[in-house]
Amino acid sequence: MIDKSIPTDLTAARRLTEEILSLTVASGYNEDDRFAIRLSLEEALINAIKHGNNFEPAKKVRVSADVGAKQTTITVCDEGAGFNPASVPDPTTDENLEKPSGRGIMLMRAYMDEVSYNDHGNEVRMTKRRCTGLPHLAGHN
Amino acid sequence: MEEQASRLKVLKTGDVTIVELTDRKILDEMIISQIGETLSDIIAESDGVRLVLDFTSVDHMSSSALSMLITLNKRARQSNGRLVLCNISPPIYEAFTITRLNEVFKTCADRSEAVAEASS
Repeated sequence: MIDKSIPTDLTAARRLTEEILSLTVASGYNEDDRFAIRLSLEEALINAIKHGNNFEPAKKVRVSADVGAKQTTITVCDEGAGFNPASVPDPTTDENLEKPSGRGIMLMRAYMDEVSYNDHGNEVRMTKRRCTGLPHLAGHN
Repeated sequence: MEEQASRLKVLKTGDVTIVELTDRKILDEMIISQIGETLSDIIAESDGVRLVLDFTSVDHMSSSALSMLITLNKRARQSNGRLVLCNISPPIYEAFTITRLNEVFKTCADRSEAVAEASS
């Protein structure tokens, strides 16, 4: 179990990501599950640092990760004002398809089995059940 | 002709510029920004650029990297150019599918197919 506060800093976030990913390797998670966890954790940390804490160095990001035999649950909490995830426009509608933003949350929801936010909107909790693999792999190229 | 441009390997074949992304992980905002700037410069060099991006070495990409590609694709189109992506790993291609970006980008299975597509 990891429970840490890190500075609002991408290097610290990267270090913590590697630490959490090493636990999934040690626990025998397969490559697809590790890909999903890495991608979702990266997106959550970037959101917390960039949009939540607005790169303000005085603020912290609190991260907990429980890498278990059956599932991994990660919580990322920033010190920002929070947001309403329902207000983020759907990036897959025709009018938003070529807008260069809004895909991080969609990817987290697709790759993890459960994604939820607290009422304040500054904390995301994500769960990946082991061996569920990627969302779907049909239609590659 | 081959040259190493920071995080990218740039190769010219006929009128097509092939850029191989050499980072395994394109996640860091700084790296994404550097790659975006270099590729923007290549697109801006001439009207009607034929550009192939080869993702052979790339294992991971963030949504910020997808955003950078969307911006580049628009720039290429605005200058009557063409951007083709190739050798995208199945897990990364899945992110394109989820976000419907597979409908926005021209993607090819390998480099030779991508070069043919870009120069057509």
